[in-house]
Amino acid sequence: MKQACITVKNMTMAYGDFIIQKNLDFKINQGDIFIVMGGSGCGKSTLMMHLIGMLKPSKGNIFYGNENLWGSNVSNQRLLLNKTGVLFQSGALLSSMTVGENVALPISENTQLNNKNIQEIVEYKLALVGLAGFSDYYPSEISGGMQKRAGLARAMALDPEILFFDEPSAGLDPISSKLLDDLILSLRDNLNATIVMVTHELASIFAIGSNSVFLDPESKTMIAEGDPKKLLKTSKDERVIKFLSRSKKL
Amino acid sequence: MTQLILIMDFAKNKKITVDIKSLPLGIQGLLKLAYSVPEREGARKLKQKLSFIEKIGNSVLEAKAEIKNLVTFLGELMLSSWAILKGTGRFRFIDLMTYIQECGPASFPIVSLISFLVGLILAFVGALQLSLFGAQMYLADLVGLGMTREMGALMVGIIMAGRTGSSYAAQIGTMNVNNEIDALKTMGFHPMEFIVMPRMMALIIVMPLLCLYADFMGMLGGAAVAIGLFDISTTEYWVRTELAVSFKDILVGVFKASIFGILIAYSGCIRGMQCGRSASAVGDAATSAVVTAIIFIVISDSLITIVFNQLGI
Repeated sequence: MKQACITVKNMTMAYGDFIIQKNLDFKINQGDIFIVMGGSGCGKSTLMMHLIGMLKPSKGNIFYGNENLWGSNVSNQRLLLNKTGVLFQSGALLSSMTVGENVALPISENTQLNNKNIQEIVEYKLALVGLAGFSDYYPSEISGGMQKRAGLARAMALDPEILFFDEPSAGLDPISSKLLDDLILSLRDNLNATIVMVTHELASIFAIGSNSVFLDPESKTMIAEGDPKKLLKTSKDERVIKFLSRSKKL
Repeated sequence: MTQLILIMDFAKNKKITVDIKSLPLGIQGLLKLAYSVPEREGARKLKQKLSFIEKIGNSVLEAKAEIKNLVTFLGELMLSSWAILKGTGRFRFIDLMTYIQECGPASFPIVSLISFLVGLILAFVGALQLSLFGAQMYLADLVGLGMTREMGALMVGIIMAGRTGSSYAAQIGTMNVNNEIDALKTMGFHPMEFIVMPRMMALIIVMPLLCLYADFMGMLGGAAVAIGLFDISTTEYWVRTELAVSFKDILVGVFKASIFGILIAYSGCIRGMQCGRSASAVGDAATSAVVTAIIFIVISDSLITIVFNQLGI
């Protein structure tokens, strides 16, 4: 049986008194490509912000392995979060730095490696995402898809155990989107990483998702979990089927 | 179309059935589309008309929240300064150098122009009054003391509030919009140390130097008027300036400039960090940074002047 690397228990997410989602209970297993899906505005990205420790749940807990993310002190929380890498929707590269400096940033700040070794790692990580030779470009000098891949190289810089992706395919053409999906699959297989992906791109969900949770904006809670392909076949919930079949199968 | 919808809504309220089959097919299609997703209950924003008292109450609550934000930011800033002093704070030295270059040498042209002209104006206004008593000799005293104790620091403060304070707010605000600050946090960086501290340090280092430079340029402007229009010789102007302006006067201006530097960086950075996630929010942050900085500068300048006056400095 696979080991759970993130467990969410009875979590409620809220901005002040305004509840975004409540009663969230699910597990993300080691090696999963876990999809957080649901219609626009249901709180997918907010859930990711909670999972990566940017926002604190208003109720409930998030466990990394057996350790409570918000139950320990700040330095322990940092140690837990050091296992993660995050790719934001826009890539979130620091615009004042070159692509290479962006990828080098987490390495130089979290390791004792010398400049030469850091540069070698940067080149290797950029090569992994198909951006070999682009280290001296500024983010504004490369395309949106390339910025995302550079963001991915930065997220992978410290070989994280868990990678988070916020809408990785948003704004990409179908071919770039497919290439990114293949890249994610290959990273999971070769680095043995766990991937958590927030998306509503059906093509990606079915192509690479191995487990998922479905958030509903109306009832403000999760209404389904499991392999998206199985969900499409077995789910009895009209909202889930409507979403997964683009309203066709009703 | 809008008239048709109004009629249909009116009919619906009066429970009258409307037959749209006689309308052209395109119109039927558009009407169907308009009614296909019914309005969500509670989606429409209710326009509340607030009474005068409620408006005052809201303003007081906003002011309270604003003061809380200012104090919280100040606290975080102090903690980060302490971390940097201890050597545990993390920022890139190259960033500090870049900001020093941006605030310092890059501001020379505008500081030169404004300070020269302020010195020139001071001299002109002063000379017209002094000449009534035949005391043009004291022009150098007026310009020298005016620039070193007050106008040099104040003008540099206002220039840098507009130039650098707004740029800090816009830079940090845009970083917020692009999730760059979130990305830094996920990599374990403290935004206060990594983003705010190098900017603040740059201004603390540069402002006293810019103030000295502005003092010099102002005196040059004064000299141009005195020598060119009031028949005072260069030596005479120089000697009077030397006699009138003491080292203490220069230090007063430099001290004020350092305080203004902290206040400008503080205003620029806090507005940037508070910035919302839209293009208009970045514009608002930049505007607000300049307004906040200028208010802080004028208030602190008044306070410092009063205190120094009481202390006889």
